[in-house]
Amino acid sequence: MNNPYLSIPMMVKKAYTETTDRMLRTLELIFQKEEDKKAFGFIPGQFCELSLFGKGEAPLGIASSPTENGSLKFTINRAGRVTTALHHIEEGEEIGVRGPLGNGYPINLFKGHNLLVVGGGFAFTTLRSLIAYLLEPQNRSGVKEVTLIYGARMPGLLLYKKELQEWSERDDMKVVVTVDVGDQNWKGKVGLVPNVLEETAPSSEDTYAVVCGPPVMIRFTLPKLKALQFPDERIYTSLERRMKCGIGKCGRCNIGHLYVCKDGPVFSLEQLNKLPREG
Amino acid sequence: MKLRLDKKDFHSFLRGLMVHYELFAPVQLGEGVSVYKKIGDPSEVALLPSNPQKPAKEVFFPQSETMFRYGKVGVQTEVTSTEKVERKRILLGPRPCDLKAVSLLDSVFAGKDYRDVYYVNKRNATTVIGMACDQPLSTCFCSSMDGGPFFREGSDLFLIDLGEAYLVEVLTEKGKAIETNEFLKEADTNDLELAREIEQKATKKAETSLSLEGIEGRLDRMVESPFWDQVGEKCIGCRICTYLCPTCHCFDIVDEDLNGKGERVRHWDSCLSSLYSQETSGHNPRPTNRERTRQRLMHKFNYFPKNVGRIACVGCGRCVLYCPADSDIRETIKEIQKFKCQSSNAK
Repeated sequence: MNNPYLSIPMMVKKAYTETTDRMLRTLELIFQKEEDKKAFGFIPGQFCELSLFGKGEAPLGIASSPTENGSLKFTINRAGRVTTALHHIEEGEEIGVRGPLGNGYPINLFKGHNLLVVGGGFAFTTLRSLIAYLLEPQNRSGVKEVTLIYGARMPGLLLYKKELQEWSERDDMKVVVTVDVGDQNWKGKVGLVPNVLEETAPSSEDTYAVVCGPPVMIRFTLPKLKALQFPDERIYTSLERRMKCGIGKCGRCNIGHLYVCKDGPVFSLEQLNKLPREG
Repeated sequence: MKLRLDKKDFHSFLRGLMVHYELFAPVQLGEGVSVYKKIGDPSEVALLPSNPQKPAKEVFFPQSETMFRYGKVGVQTEVTSTEKVERKRILLGPRPCDLKAVSLLDSVFAGKDYRDVYYVNKRNATTVIGMACDQPLSTCFCSSMDGGPFFREGSDLFLIDLGEAYLVEVLTEKGKAIETNEFLKEADTNDLELAREIEQKATKKAETSLSLEGIEGRLDRMVESPFWDQVGEKCIGCRICTYLCPTCHCFDIVDEDLNGKGERVRHWDSCLSSLYSQETSGHNPRPTNRERTRQRLMHKFNYFPKNVGRIACVGCGRCVLYCPADSDIRETIKEIQKFKCQSSNAK
């Protein structure tokens, strides 16, 4: 019987800080055992519990695409005991990874439709996985028009600048990157994500929207999506909660009868509206 | 198959079982507290008229359980799981309420998604000798929770106390393996008649007027009701109800570490704890007793039924008996059942 509480060992191949405030660090992990590499398949939107023995575990969205050869990328916000330890871990060290967990984005629903991705701050991690996956040559024709609106508070806090640059140069997707406050080197757009969304005014016809960001951004973005006629069943988001087991047993992360770790973390607005309003 | 075990043979019967099985049964720790423990000698077993304080879930889902040990070796970490195929064991004495609770926990830990190896290994190794409840307490309400003092669900063998002896009903294949014990004789018609009388009396005594009809739907409409302010205000957050509840299954996972070596342990936890869902950022989705008591009641009577199709309360009455603030879940249910939710000021 498979023990769902045991992790697989993965080595830190690369570790680098993403942002100028040094609060976000990306780890690129590689599998240590061939059979683990073969068995690990995931879909964008899923997460893993990263295990630092002696410190604990932290649930983190997978930032890499499933098509990225045998490695997993996680971008970690330094917030508490485990994430701080993940900020100090060195290249060459080993950590435990439990996963993939959660339900992932409903890519099968997106197929054949347009996709609007709205991201803010460091919630962008699993959105990177989603976009990188959909842009792979074998997947690109699966969805029609792809629009990305991504914003951070300042230019130095934008994640995945290399990818953003590559995507901006493609002619098969529209990319709008914005910051709340620019600096002397910033030549791009300045404006809050909800306002930039309103300005960009993507069509809601035949379009699914995926929104991930800090609560304040979501609170102001949802009404803008409504105003653009996006129906609740075509708006998806990914939620976070304090987690321990990650597999729907310890009882901790539920919203109503659904567990964010097992039935989520991806939910449609239609689903969320039916659940008790909690935090 | 109905057999009889004279009480004078009880210890010898147990001694015979202990040759092949580990025995878990209620023991008395001082001051009237009784809990389930692994038995060294049959004289430790204390089968009292009332339910032990700590529920039978502890035998399958211990209060503290090491999941694995680890040790750092250079940049790597060696991990050794503690899971093992358990020795055959007998669980003696749980009442129908505690047994029903165990079958509810089966849907959490032993369902088809992510089987919990620690729980499943213990469950598979266990033969249950359940015990009928012939003296239900005034705080018992199992009959309102789809149960009853003589419910046999979950028992491999079922004991009914006849005074000088136990009537032993053999209910399953696992139970049959014990049938051959030399101290089990065939029951006679007097035994059967007496057992029937005791069952009737107890079932009558345990009848309550508490109805759960429509409670799931009613709770759906009551989420924002000021009713929860009242429930939350009375609760002092001591969490004894979750500790003693046979169906509560929340747990915490922590690493206990000393210089790079240690264990990952799971401990019972409680959704009524203020820090239970507090996130690292400081944000707490359930900041006050109002949200937390609502969560517990909704989980038992709305969320669990939505997921599994059964109510997650077995009416054992431990929360009623031990709550220091005198909260009575039966009264809370009665209030919920009066709710006519058309608007938020309807009560």
